[in-house]
Amino acid sequence: MINYIWAGMLIIGFVVGAATGNLEAVTKAAIDNAQSAFELSLGLVGVMSLWLGLMRIAEESGIVEKLARALKPVTVRLFPDVPPEHPAMGAMIMNLAANVLGLGDAATPLGLKAMQELQKLNPVKDTATDAMCMFLAINTSSVTLISATTVAVLAAAGSANPTEIIGPTIIATACSTTVGIIAAKLLSKLPRFRMQANPGEQQEG
Amino acid sequence: MFVKIVNAMSVWAIPIMIVGFVGYGLIKKVKVYECFTEGAKEGFQTGVRIIPFLVAILCAIGVFRASGAMDLLTKALSPITNLIGMPGEVLPMAFMRPLSGSGARGIMTELVTTHGPQSLIGRMAAVMNGSTDTTFYVLAVYFGSVQIKKTRHALPAGLLADLAGILAAAWVTRLFFK
Repeated sequence: MINYIWAGMLIIGFVVGAATGNLEAVTKAAIDNAQSAFELSLGLVGVMSLWLGLMRIAEESGIVEKLARALKPVTVRLFPDVPPEHPAMGAMIMNLAANVLGLGDAATPLGLKAMQELQKLNPVKDTATDAMCMFLAINTSSVTLISATTVAVLAAAGSANPTEIIGPTIIATACSTTVGIIAAKLLSKLPRFRMQANPGEQQEG
Repeated sequence: MFVKIVNAMSVWAIPIMIVGFVGYGLIKKVKVYECFTEGAKEGFQTGVRIIPFLVAILCAIGVFRASGAMDLLTKALSPITNLIGMPGEVLPMAFMRPLSGSGARGIMTELVTTHGPQSLIGRMAAVMNGSTDTTFYVLAVYFGSVQIKKTRHALPAGLLADLAGILAAAWVTRLFFK
């Protein structure tokens, strides 16, 4: 699916660009964005190192495990293939917590850490597990209590009450997260998305 | 009140986490400094590993945005979205949200300034911005970092969640601000 979407975006982009006389701007966008993708990746290194370092301390000292144990009733339902006290659980919980609090800088390194831990449990290394898809469905539907940037934009535009959108936003994001969770659960059972390997093997982790 | 509490939590979360982790580590006799640097080593590798995926996804998004294809899509679909009470002006926001965080923020800022922060369009764009996250970017980076090629149902699930978030944003905004 990603192949078609990716190719579609590039091909449609250039075809439409040529038709509307935007071709130069489109080419420039491709090159500029390649450059900024590189800068973005390297820009992440510092913050990522900070959080990965802190996470390692948290792991060694047993905080991550404690956190995972506390949230076990929820997490075992969402991620039945991940052992409840596995470091992956702790990292996922920390990532989601960072998202909820709107700490974007902390969320990405913790999320990548969670993916690395989930990958250790993965029997087929080039294929996503159910747990990874569930984690990303929750992550990309963004459970944020306060979208600080949105409130800032509204305030800057002169809104008399910029925080008025917080309530509606929480409702909307709750809807998207709920649908994400249900979709991840149901779609994983469809024949075309099923894992080739026996999912029972993952239990041993 | 609620806003104040959450804001305070955002300000205090990182300091508490850092002091808490390091302090608790000391109590548990963890060699915190060595442990930190050991973990931080992975930062560079992870950063480098995601470069190809980020380049691929950001190029495609950049090309699509710059071409004006988004406007065509908006024009074609606005009769349908009008039926569910989503003004055509908000539609680019709905399409941009899963693709690019900065792009969506740009569109939101523009809609809020042009139509006013307390107009239906401005409010709807604002709620939409917080209702979901950039699915394509997150998927590319997260899967890229562990070299996963077959993403199975992650993208469809993410996009369904986006769709739900956008429809819910349109509905909830009308409900709250009628």
